Amino acid sequence: MTKIKSLADLRKIKEDLQEKIRLRENADQPEKLVQIKVGMATSGIASGAKEVMNFLIEELEKRNVEAVVTQTGDMGYCFAEPTIEVILPGQEPVVFGNVNVKKADEIIEKYIKNGELVDGIIPRNYETIDNK
Amino acid sequence: MAKYNQHLLVCGGTGCRASQSDAIVESLNRALAERSLDGEVKVVMTGCFGFCEKGPIVKVLPDNTFYTQVTPADCDEIVAEHIYKGRKVNRLLYTNPENQEHVSDSKHMGFYRKQIRIALRNCGFIDPENIDEYIARDGYAALGKVLSSTPEQVVNDLIKSGLRGRGGGGFPTGLKWQITSKVKADQKYVVCNADEGDPGAFMDRSILEGDPHSVIEAMAINGFCTGASKGLIYIRAEYPLAIARLKVALSQAREYGLLGENILGSDFSFDIEMRYGAGAFVCGEETALIHSMEGHRGEPTFKPPFPSESGYLGKPTNVNNVETYANIPVIILKGPEWFASIGSEKSKGTKVFALAGKINNVGLIEVPMGTTLREVIYEIGGGIKDGKQFKAVQTGGPSGGCLTTKHLDTPIDYDNLIAAGSMMGSGGMIVMDEDDCMVAIAKFYLEFTVEESCGKCSPCRIGNKRLHEILTKITNGEGTMEDLDNLRNLGQVIKDTALCGLGQTSPNPVLSTLDNFWDEYVEHVTEKKCRAGVCKSMLRYVIEPDACVGCTACARNCPVNAISGERKKAHEINQDICIKCGACVEKCKFNAIFVR
Ligand SMILES: Cc1cc2nc3c(=O)[nH]c(=O)nc-3n(C[C@H](O)[C@H](O)[C@H](O)COP(=O)(O)O)c2cc1C
Ligand code: SF4
Ligand code: SF4
Ligand code: FES
Repeated sequence: MTKIKSLADLRKIKEDLQEKIRLRENADQPEKLVQIKVGMATSGIASGAKEVMNFLIEELEKRNVEAVVTQTGDMGYCFAEPTIEVILPGQEPVVFGNVNVKKADEIIEKYIKNGELVDGIIPRNYETIDNK
Repeated sequence: MAKYNQHLLVCGGTGCRASQSDAIVESLNRALAERSLDGEVKVVMTGCFGFCEKGPIVKVLPDNTFYTQVTPADCDEIVAEHIYKGRKVNRLLYTNPENQEHVSDSKHMGFYRKQIRIALRNCGFIDPENIDEYIARDGYAALGKVLSSTPEQVVNDLIKSGLRGRGGGGFPTGLKWQITSKVKADQKYVVCNADEGDPGAFMDRSILEGDPHSVIEAMAINGFCTGASKGLIYIRAEYPLAIARLKVALSQAREYGLLGENILGSDFSFDIEMRYGAGAFVCGEETALIHSMEGHRGEPTFKPPFPSESGYLGKPTNVNNVETYANIPVIILKGPEWFASIGSEKSKGTKVFALAGKINNVGLIEVPMGTTLREVIYEIGGGIKDGKQFKAVQTGGPSGGCLTTKHLDTPIDYDNLIAAGSMMGSGGMIVMDEDDCMVAIAKFYLEFTVEESCGKCSPCRIGNKRLHEILTKITNGEGTMEDLDNLRNLGQVIKDTALCGLGQTSPNPVLSTLDNFWDEYVEHVTEKKCRAGVCKSMLRYVIEPDACVGCTACARNCPVNAISGERKKAHEINQDICIKCGACVEKCKFNAIFVR
């Protein structure tokens, strides 16, 4: 370890280190960020949910969108797996079905960044996915 | 992939570690590696989450799933189900005591909802053995900010924040720093009081185990403000994990140059040493603590002179408590106005309490000053265990008192607690229900004080012993009304004449129970009755003649032959012979024997 020689030094180090705990800080205040839940039931995994999830995490980060991406169990839409639920800050959850990497890209660019609706929304007739 | 998608936080506090946090970390890592998930999921050992009774705790982020009572054997399932498939392991979730439902997200647990974490901000959040995680959370930024300001400015901010000492007395911290800073001396000292002698309190231990750098940083700030170049942490030797973490933290801070010469390029130099206490309660009192550090007997001396003027080795010494320190870096970064906006009129900020006793959620909590007892007990604490009736809550440990139903809506702060006959103390909070006898509780605390009195002054050494004798007499069913008067008078005299805070507050448990539970004392004395059924000598085992069929089972099992009666006729217990062992109650198949 080298010594930290000034406040400016310390600030710079902090910037770099903060990345490592950003996930924890974001998890502490999810309501202020974009929250995405990826359905990960067996059918979800088989149909590529894992890939979509990794894509979302990496791309949101690259495109500077502060988001909390979590996985959840069966969302009850086996016909449309993989499904993801997106909650923009202060808004109602929206569920998208048949999400592949391409669709996920569109959801980020249109819905998450600009609030424009895109195809593939599944009407919600339940409260929210799990989590009481 | 270098980027982690999920973090698994494993509690490594004393409470959980006792039940094998290390093995849990290992098992999680193994289960992750087996599924090639070790690049995506990071396992971190943190400090205490405050929910120790249900420990070991494992928290999954970012979804905040809170697993309780996890064993190493559960780890594979957590990884296979939750991490791999996204399905929560329901059986490990917390169950709401009110409706028996599982709560998965810790943010939705009553226990956490009302809490505001300032002193505990990093506990259960960062790895306490990794200074980088502390720095990532703005650690040492307050020290940096202070070094480019002036001591006067910082002290003024601290005064404006309204922070008061969390070690029990509630003395304004900024004012204390100002006094120490104004005394002229070639050498001054900054001390951290980590003696934590109050039975049941463990907030200081949790802070030191979960976030040691916050205390180190604040001590350095204190040194800069008061003009001290040396810090001392006085910690009880019974806290091995806290000691170990402090040592790691001190050496990391030195390696980064955050302790030592010319910190952050300034001309301020500061370093810290550790001193170990043997665990006497009175050594938490600041003058006794200083004598103990000097190698003398841990006995208090009369104040003034205050340590700020003449303390360690006769030099000006600023003593503060662990929790007081932990608040300071945040106050400096967020500003005194922010801090002063939290809390009640005369007590600002938050307080950490160790919630215990007959309550559903036992643990360490941090709430804004001014929160009511009702909120703490019913919302955070989840109510009284087994649906019983709330009776009292003891705050302030052996120096405090018992509050009752009529105080439930009193906002908790230093002044309100004193007005109600109790104390903030270090923040112990023990909840009692209908099965607790208040006379016996008072006696329990007195036992502690008699044991811990250093014996230097007679009001405390002799007076407390007398108080204890009178209480013993009352609980043995031999008390008189005159004894009750004596308790009150003697208690007042000890309060007024004892040398140090120990003696001055030791009668509080007696006096406050006399005030709030007078009827119960009178019952013990005049009716020889203990309504909670705790004072054994007052119990009477009686056979209800109408229910007794004369089976003789009780008489045959009584070890002292106290039961007489003919077959098939009602039996009777001779109270003079009965030793109240309870054997007969268990043997009677007809439930004819009662305890009154
Ligand atoms: C009998 C007795 C025991 C005490 N025990 C402690 C203790 O364990 N920890 C502590 O911080 N203060 C304890 N105090 C209070 C200290 O004397 C002192 O006021 C305190 O450490 C100052 O720090 P603060 O202003 O930050 O609270 C005790 C006081 C008395 C009278
Ligand atoms: S009050 Fe008790 S503990 Fe304090 S100096 Fe007197 S004897 Fe010792
Ligand atoms: S309580 Fe014990 S001693 Fe008393 S009557 Fe029953 S069995 Fe005998
Ligand atoms: S020690 Fe683990 S929650 Fe307190």
